[in-house]
Amino acid sequence: MSHSQRTKVTNTIIFIALAIGAIVMIAPLLWMLSTSVKEKQDVFALPPVWIPEVFQFSKYKEIWEAGPLLSGIKNSVIVAVSVTVIGTFTSSVAAFAFAKLRFPHKNKLFLALIASMMIPYPTVMIPQFMMFSKLGWVDTLLPLIVPGLFGNVVMIFFLRQYLLSIPDAIIEAAKIDGSSYFRLYSSITFPLIKPAIAAQLILWFMGIWNDYLAPIIYLNSPETQTLQLVIANFNATYAIQTDYPLIMAASIVALLPVLIIFLIFQKQIIESVAISGVKG
Amino acid sequence: MITKSNLYRKEKIYGYLFILPPILGLLIFTLFPFLYSLYGSFTDWDGLGQMNFIGLDNFRDLFSDELFYKSMYNTFFLMLGIPIGLVLALLLALGLNRKIPGTTTFRVIYYIPVISSLAAVSIMWNWAYNGDYGLVNQFLELFGIKGPNWLMDKDTVKPALILMTVWKGLGYTMLLYLAALQSVSRSYYEAAELDGASGFQMFRNITWPMVKPVTFFLVVTNIIGGSQIFTEMNIMTPTGGPEYSSASIVFYIWDKAFKNLQMGYASAMAMILGIFIFIVTLIQFKMNEKSSFDGD
Repeated sequence: MSHSQRTKVTNTIIFIALAIGAIVMIAPLLWMLSTSVKEKQDVFALPPVWIPEVFQFSKYKEIWEAGPLLSGIKNSVIVAVSVTVIGTFTSSVAAFAFAKLRFPHKNKLFLALIASMMIPYPTVMIPQFMMFSKLGWVDTLLPLIVPGLFGNVVMIFFLRQYLLSIPDAIIEAAKIDGSSYFRLYSSITFPLIKPAIAAQLILWFMGIWNDYLAPIIYLNSPETQTLQLVIANFNATYAIQTDYPLIMAASIVALLPVLIIFLIFQKQIIESVAISGVKG
Repeated sequence: MITKSNLYRKEKIYGYLFILPPILGLLIFTLFPFLYSLYGSFTDWDGLGQMNFIGLDNFRDLFSDELFYKSMYNTFFLMLGIPIGLVLALLLALGLNRKIPGTTTFRVIYYIPVISSLAAVSIMWNWAYNGDYGLVNQFLELFGIKGPNWLMDKDTVKPALILMTVWKGLGYTMLLYLAALQSVSRSYYEAAELDGASGFQMFRNITWPMVKPVTFFLVVTNIIGGSQIFTEMNIMTPTGGPEYSSASIVFYIWDKAFKNLQMGYASAMAMILGIFIFIVTLIQFKMNEKSSFDGD
């Protein structure tokens, strides 16, 4: 066999292996989707039924009555949108200052922020809880929102690195023209780093949307719970009744928003993750 | 007229103004709580009444607490998924780094579990591990194997969690490896090929050294992430599993702090977790310093 023939054979084998792997990876999620449109008897059928004879979409109607799903979505949207929009603003402004402005102790302060990443959430969650409970904020969305408004260290770090590659000359020229510092950020820096900001914002949004530990600590009453807690409660409540189509339908609804965002922005997200990981 | 010193003073003020929010956030939501937690770990804090300083009692109690050892052991046991995930992901990345059709589609498919909500996929796996009707046992049935009731058996609950975490994280690890592989210049391989190197030799002498920093980064971040595992067991085994065999350290901290209101005791555990993560991070820093010298 010639060299190119051998490469072709190898590539075909690898393609098949990757395809099998991809099927295995996606199978549980497809099964979840298929279960959500099954009739109850099909759920327990042996061998498993992948494509049910009758598609039963009734569970997708039932879920809105079966638990506070709608308010869960609303709460998750409120938390994720307010944090990412305001937090991205504060983070990008700070990243701009760290990368392009001169002031004493700048690098020390930046280092302190980076060092704070070393302190994991579980070690600060107890005092944070006590702090918010003193303020009477437990069982409201505020403990999930307020800390995020102050910015995100990962984002600041990433945007600062990105900004360092942009020449100072542009900024300096505008400075001499007497442009205000906020304008330097808003009309020069911001447009330049928009793609990086967008990618980071989406990643952050997904992180908040999928967060579970902080919500489970703060939120008790059904009407304040975020979507992830609502579906976890679906699981706890309806598993006893083995109403798996209902549970799966609710879980699909929880997955869908980030899945759609991901499929739209997959290129930017994948690039952003690859860059931050390899550089990290 | 704008003088130079005037300009500089203004720049200084705006600089501090712009970085004020994250610095305040650091002080209010990280540094202060951390110091409070440190102090709390030396008290009998119940979250309601007073905090009485009791010295090292919490730590002493911890070291004779069977459940503390168990949850520590479980947490480390679950990290067996890290090497499994790394090997699988590197193999995948090597495959995807070749000129074959559909690589973008593969990347997206493998990455979907990563972005999926952990709560939702925990619910899904909870059902997949059902002893009678679960997907996993139905699959094993095809080969005539009668699978156990995975999450109800203390011997199978941890392997079940490992399988799930590998599945969830594979796409991320693969992606970082792929990015690293793509930054390796083709000319190295061409030169090696001319010298008559075998595929394995090329992997050992070119690919492996080039992806070593990424491997190290992944090992460290996976250990840090793995030491904080919580959602999976909270949803799949809400009571900590058979004989507490799936409770992680964060699960135990959460249980003590918010269910039993033993805030001081839980803080002591949180401090031990914090110290562990600090040491792991420190090793990363040291190694990074070393590897950047090696590179020069």
